[in-house]
Order: sequence, then C-alpha cells, then structure tokens
Amino acid sequence: MKARLLTALALTAVLVTSGCGSGSDDDGGSGTPAASGSAGGSKGKLTVLAAASLTESFDKIGTLFEQANPGVEVTFSYGGSSGLATQITSGAPADVFAAASPATMKTATDAGDASGTPATFVKNQLVIAVPKGNPKGITSLAAMAKPEFKVALCAEQVPCGAAAQKALTAASIKVTPVTQEQDVKAALSKVKLGEVDAALVYRTDAKAAAADVDGVEFPESAQAINDYPIVALKNAVNPSGASAFVTFVQTPQAQQVLTEAGFQQP
Amino acid sequence: MLPLAGLLVRAPWTTLPERLTEPGVLAALRLSLLTATLATGVCLVLGVPLAWLLGRTGFPGRRFVRALVTVPLVLPPVVGGVALLLVFGRRGLVGEWLDTTFGFTLPFTTTGVVVAEAFVAMPFLVISVEGALRAADARYEEAAATLGASRWTAFRRVTLPLIAPGVAAGAVLCWARALGEFGATITFAGNFPGRTQTMPLAVYLALEQDLDAAIVLSLVLVVVSVAILAALRDKWAGVT
Repeated sequence: MKARLLTALALTAVLVTSGCGSGSDDDGGSGTPAASGSAGGSKGKLTVLAAASLTESFDKIGTLFEQANPGVEVTFSYGGSSGLATQITSGAPADVFAAASPATMKTATDAGDASGTPATFVKNQLVIAVPKGNPKGITSLAAMAKPEFKVALCAEQVPCGAAAQKALTAASIKVTPVTQEQDVKAALSKVKLGEVDAALVYRTDAKAAAADVDGVEFPESAQAINDYPIVALKNAVNPSGASAFVTFVQTPQAQQVLTEAGFQQP
Repeated sequence: MLPLAGLLVRAPWTTLPERLTEPGVLAALRLSLLTATLATGVCLVLGVPLAWLLGRTGFPGRRFVRALVTVPLVLPPVVGGVALLLVFGRRGLVGEWLDTTFGFTLPFTTTGVVVAEAFVAMPFLVISVEGALRAADARYEEAAATLGASRWTAFRRVTLPLIAPGVAAGAVLCWARALGEFGATITFAGNFPGRTQTMPLAVYLALEQDLDAAIVLSLVLVVVSVAILAALRDKWAGVT
C-alpha cells in the first residue's frame, strides 16, 4: 500500500515535471527570417518553459528564431503556468519562462529565479466556447448562468479560472459549473466531447480548436484580460540565447504569429 | 520510502492545524473514502464472479477475456477516462441512451467517480481472486457436490472460505488503487468540490498554487490510508 501511494506521488511528480517536451519541429515554410532579435554568440541549446496556451504560436516562433539565429536549437516544454513556475523554483534547468499570468510569473520572480524584469509580450481574453454551430444558442455570459446548461470553468487555482471569476464578478453573474477543470485545454475538450454546453476559455484556445468549437465573444471579458509576461532566467545555461529569445518574441515578426493565433498586442 | 520522508521534512508543521481544518480538506477526504469503498464494493460484486469464470470454467476465449480484464492496468488512466466518456458520456454509446431515456448522466457526478475508480481498480481484484482460485483445490468443491451440495452452496460454503485471503488481499489492493485514482476520475467525473473532487484531485490543484497545501493534503491521504490498511490487515491476518 505504501508502495502504491508512493507510486501515486511519484507519478504526480512525473506529471508535474515532465510537461510535454515537444520540440519545435515545424516545417517552417514562412518567409525570409529577419535578423531581428539575434544576439552574437547565442549558439547551442535553449530551453523555453511556456504556458500551454502558447503551444501553437511558440512552435512557429521557435522555428523563426532558429532561422534567424543559425546554430541555436530551441526546445519547448509546455504546461500549466503554475506548474512550470513550481518547476523553476525547484531548480528545473531552463533559460526562458513565458507565463500566462503575472501571478504565476511572480512565483518565479519572488524566488529570485528571474534575470531582469518580466516583459508583457501579449494579452489574451476569454470567450465562451460552445460546440460548433452553437446548438444551444448561448450568446452571452448571462445565458451561461441558466440552470439548464452544463458549464465547465477552469479551477480558480489556474490562470484561466482566475480570469473567469474576475469576468463573472465584474458582470455580477453567478455561474455554477458542473466541473472545475485543471487547465484550459481540459475545459475545452469537455466542450469538444459534448459533455458540457459551454466553457470559458481563452480566445486563442477556441481558435486553435475551430474545427470543433465556436468562440463567442462577450463584452465582460474586457474586465479580465490576461497579460502574458516573459523573462530570461537567472540560472540559464545559455544566457545570451535567453535574452535574444525574449527580445525576439517582441519583434513584429513574432507578434504577427501571436496575433494570428488570436492574441492581442500588449 | 525516501519520497515519503521528503513529504515529512517539507511539511509545514506550524500551520498544520489551521490547514487541516480548511473546509475543502474534510469534504475531499470523506468523498475519497466513500467512493473508494463503493468502488471496491462494485469490484467485489462484479469481479469475484468474473474471476470464478476465469479460474474455474473453461469457456472458449478465456485467455482473451483475461487479457481484456488487465487492459485498465496498461491503459493510461486519462485515456481510460476518455474511453469512459465515449461510452457513458452525454454523447456516448450508452450514455446518450441513458440521457434520453432516463434523463440521467454519469459524468460530473459522484457515481461517475465510483465508475471511474472501479474501472481502474477492477483488475487488481480479479487477478488476486483468480490466483487464489487456482491455488485452491477444486476437489473440495467436487467432494461437496458429491455430498449433495448445489453449486451455489459449494461456492458459498467451501470455495469462498478457501479463497477468502485472496479476496481480502484483492479488495485491499483494489481499495488502495481506487483511493489514489486521479487520471480517469478527473477526465470522466471532472472536478467539483464536495461532489467529484477526491483527495488526489485536490492535491493536484493545490499544487498549482500552494506547495505546502498540497503536501498537507498528501500527508492526510497517506496517514489515513496507512492507518486503515494496518487496522484491516491485523483483523484479517488474525494478529492483534
């Protein structure tokens, strides 16, 4: 039994620490790379820990960065921002941290793990994710509160849940979800599977799942805009590469990729 | 044992009392114990006959069924949860019918938690009981049959007492697995405090924000389960 529990704990640890080490193996068919953001001598490996909602955009930006800086190999580890922050404060070897909320970034900066001040590089806003074609006709935040609808929200402990609470509080609307999901992608997959009628997710996530999901914009989301901060880490193995990447993410070229994914300029 | 020591060392002992009395903790613990026990009950009811079929009868395709029984051991629990959704979800094979006929859905309910836990924990029981059945001498049952006992009486009065330690061991394993269940539960039953948020789910979410809270919750789970298992073992082994 003890062994069993230890296994469970060990598994939890693995879940938290592994993330999904997806490499930036995009085909990279995008135009000629500008020399912007490149720093002399930033060769070698670069490890970027980034919020799960950045997956699609950062894979593309990683390819552009590698083209602009020959000899650099960027590896991304995507996951929930809070989990990534915990990994960093526990000494995970990484060069750059891009979080989905200032609060999770604060965990890393408070622990003295950041080198310099984090820069806000994009903003993200919530939308109501509904199954394709919006069969239940949910068009406003108030409609989500109706008891006949099943709704998924993110748990308040994670950034998308905190943002959802902020928007609902600002609108004085009380939504009783059937579930509080552990991250935004989990909430979205409940909509995709048809288990819930609506969920509050980031616009970028709804856009990435556009084949199965429609995103309904609502005015109250302006009250809960999430800033995404990025920072180079103090224990970076490749400090020059880290600062080059932070700069690169803020160039027009990278910002265009992010805008296409549904992010807003800071 | 080392990871357990790590938990003990890092535990925030000074703030422990106030953290333990937070309302969510008790609710999650109660739900965990309740659902793990119910899931063990479900496994016993379904698993013992299944083990008997596998261990005592020679029906065709037995090997295949035995392999199927062990599938939840191999399947990542999260995938198990998705599979359950595809069957019992609102749009699932069986779930859609349940919903339209009875207006009843399993996901996001406490019953859903029990289903997810039973699904994942069942192999532990079936394998233990089947092993015990194979080790038990079938001639005792035959002797009972020649003395006029019906098959059911022979099973109840002869076989069950013979395999009782195996059933008990299987039930303990099953309970322990159900108690620690995370992936299938959060995928199939979701996470709602008091209804589907079991201890492992509470630990995972606490970890997102507050490492100390996660450690406290984990310790509670460890202490309670070790205490219960130690007590049960003494009882069953006849040791005081």
